[in-house]
Amino acid sequence: MAYLDHAATTPMLPEALDAYVAAARQIGNPSSLHAAGRGARRLVEESRERIAAVLGARPSEVIFTSGGTESDNLATKGIHWARRGADRRRNRVVASAVEHHAVMDAVEWLGSHERADLEWLPVDEAGRVSPESLSAAIEAYGDKISVISVQWANNEVGTLQPVHELAVLAAGAGIPFHTDAVQAVGQVPVDFAASGAAALTVSGHKLGGPVGVGALLLGRDVVATPLLHGGGQERDVRSGTLDTAGVVAFAVAVESAVKTQQEYAARVAGLRDDLVRRVRAAVPDAIFNGDPVDRLPGNAHFSFPGSEGDALLLLLDAQGIACSTGSACSAGVAQPSHVLLAMGADDGRARSSLRFTLGHTSTAEDVDELLAALPGAVERARRATAWKSPRQS
Amino acid sequence: MSGGVDSAVAAARARDAGHDVTGVHLALSRNPQTYRTGARGCCTLEDSRDARRAADVIGIPFYVWDMAEQFHEDVVDDFVAEYAAGRTPNPCLRCNEKIKFAAVLDRAVALGFDAVVTGHHARLGADGLLRRSVDLPKDQSYVLAVLTRAQLGRAVFPLGDSTKAQVREEAAARGLAVADKPDSHDICFIADGDTRGFLADRLGESPGDIVDGRTGAVLGRHGGAYAYTVGQRKGLDLRVPAPDGRPRYVLSITPTTNTVTVGPREDLAVDTVTAERPIWHGETTPVECEVQLRAHGEVARAVVTTDGDGLTARLRTPARGVAAGQAIVAYRPDPGGDIVLGSATITAGRMASPVAAHGA
Repeated sequence: MAYLDHAATTPMLPEALDAYVAAARQIGNPSSLHAAGRGARRLVEESRERIAAVLGARPSEVIFTSGGTESDNLATKGIHWARRGADRRRNRVVASAVEHHAVMDAVEWLGSHERADLEWLPVDEAGRVSPESLSAAIEAYGDKISVISVQWANNEVGTLQPVHELAVLAAGAGIPFHTDAVQAVGQVPVDFAASGAAALTVSGHKLGGPVGVGALLLGRDVVATPLLHGGGQERDVRSGTLDTAGVVAFAVAVESAVKTQQEYAARVAGLRDDLVRRVRAAVPDAIFNGDPVDRLPGNAHFSFPGSEGDALLLLLDAQGIACSTGSACSAGVAQPSHVLLAMGADDGRARSSLRFTLGHTSTAEDVDELLAALPGAVERARRATAWKSPRQS
Repeated sequence: MSGGVDSAVAAARARDAGHDVTGVHLALSRNPQTYRTGARGCCTLEDSRDARRAADVIGIPFYVWDMAEQFHEDVVDDFVAEYAAGRTPNPCLRCNEKIKFAAVLDRAVALGFDAVVTGHHARLGADGLLRRSVDLPKDQSYVLAVLTRAQLGRAVFPLGDSTKAQVREEAAARGLAVADKPDSHDICFIADGDTRGFLADRLGESPGDIVDGRTGAVLGRHGGAYAYTVGQRKGLDLRVPAPDGRPRYVLSITPTTNTVTVGPREDLAVDTVTAERPIWHGETTPVECEVQLRAHGEVARAVVTTDGDGLTARLRTPARGVAAGQAIVAYRPDPGGDIVLGSATITAGRMASPVAAHGA
């Protein structure tokens, strides 16, 4: 079996799993005042410090959450509510057209339910947001913008965004800038303070930690209205008993991933480049999507014209190869990817795409297995599409 | 795999028979919430989850295939157009003909599969003959008879030798949670079961006359002829009672004049049924056989004659409530399960000269 879907979730690092099990054996609610509680609190705070240290944040800026989706929701909704509450004119949310659904749908909801005005920043053919478009939005609406959100790296096509330039523009206008760095941490260098962002999302299970834990790095002076009300455990901006074992394992994983990032990226990008070269040789008309250079090291994303991504996925799955169509599902039905559509692809190209993502357990054999199966699968998937064409015309 | 008990057990049996089985659930609406919700449907998110869960228990891969566009075009639009034309369509039959054993089968074959397995209650043995299920009340051969030889050659119906009760028992024994899920009865794409409202939304108000079939007298008004089915008695809302005080029935619908014609029960009787687009499996005609004129309807003895693009059935005893658009399916009675000889779409039913004159 070749697991080529690390962007969906990647295996836990052995050291993170060991740390999880050790912490999970201990009793104690970090909010309790007795010795057991203090023990748990200590583990949580040490974890917070470890994460802060490797991601360029202060410990107080690390807000533990249930993961990427919650962090994205807290950043977009929370900052919008707080800023709009302070000044009712600030009712415009700016985000890129290629955000993950956790940002995109939260922003859509602010539009449909909270009557916020929305501004979607376009992307070029590579899926990249231009700083000029953000400049223009700030010039047009500056004092009316509540929050700006642009991902660090795209989860589908792997393109890296000019986050620093965008964050500087936002900061210049005094507008909080949030970035979803779920796909970026551990893959490329990420430093919260140096980035200039006001808020940054990181998730555990994309970098070798457990599912169900993540963090929002939230600048000390950035105000966010909570999504979850209760005990106010996390800086009064996030409530809920802290998952001590999850937090500990998350911190171990973040630390490992960040510290080994350089050699990891070099090794995985080498495998990825080999994969890309061989896929293009085997299927000459395959379209390599995303920025060819400024992209995540483990991401290879292709369109295979004349085929359907979900048919290819089925055929590869039957041969033990796990990959993804990369796009969101509705009741299990693949929708054409909003990312590819935003990049100017037509519906057919958007539906014909597959994402292969490598990670820390990937080997050259995984690439070999893929290449053994892919040409036949593409040929067969194209035949499966062929019967449809006459009926559509 | 609809998410019901039948397709789950069919998949399990196919796998046990040694086949390499992949579960497929059909997404038939772009927006699944718009179709029926609750436990009886076949197109909801809940059904999709039930199907996925069953595939997990059986141990087979599972995918959702988006057939919404084809389904809308070939089944839903056809359903509405047929009613608009004064006919009474059978959408389940159309779905088998155009979706399950056409769009799905074509795609499956292109992807390298050999056949489509469904949980229909019908028998299809090594002899290639389509027969009624052993469970006569659950028999679905009527909505499968439209399949051509080529389609049947790629179809597998593992449930035909079992009763529904046995299928449920087996599902429970296999640990399938859908074992006691209620059967679906209504039309899957009409969420609330209100066919009249569904058609009214799409066809709009179209008022016309309700007339007496014998006198031609106008007895009342209707809001749209599509809301009526031949043989229907209830809901006519006629202000003028029949002279003899007996109930009146819908005899026919005439779209050109937007007229619904009603009359006494005996005027519903027909002894000659004509039909178009026959699928016929080779038996030479005329042939003495049995015909079924609607889903779960009773059978009548008849002499059936086919030519290239038509079929005529002379019934031994008159039948009532024969609606254009429904299928006529011809069967040869057989102790091993009545054998489907062929099928066609009813265009008209009429009372010819006395039945005796047509004696075989």
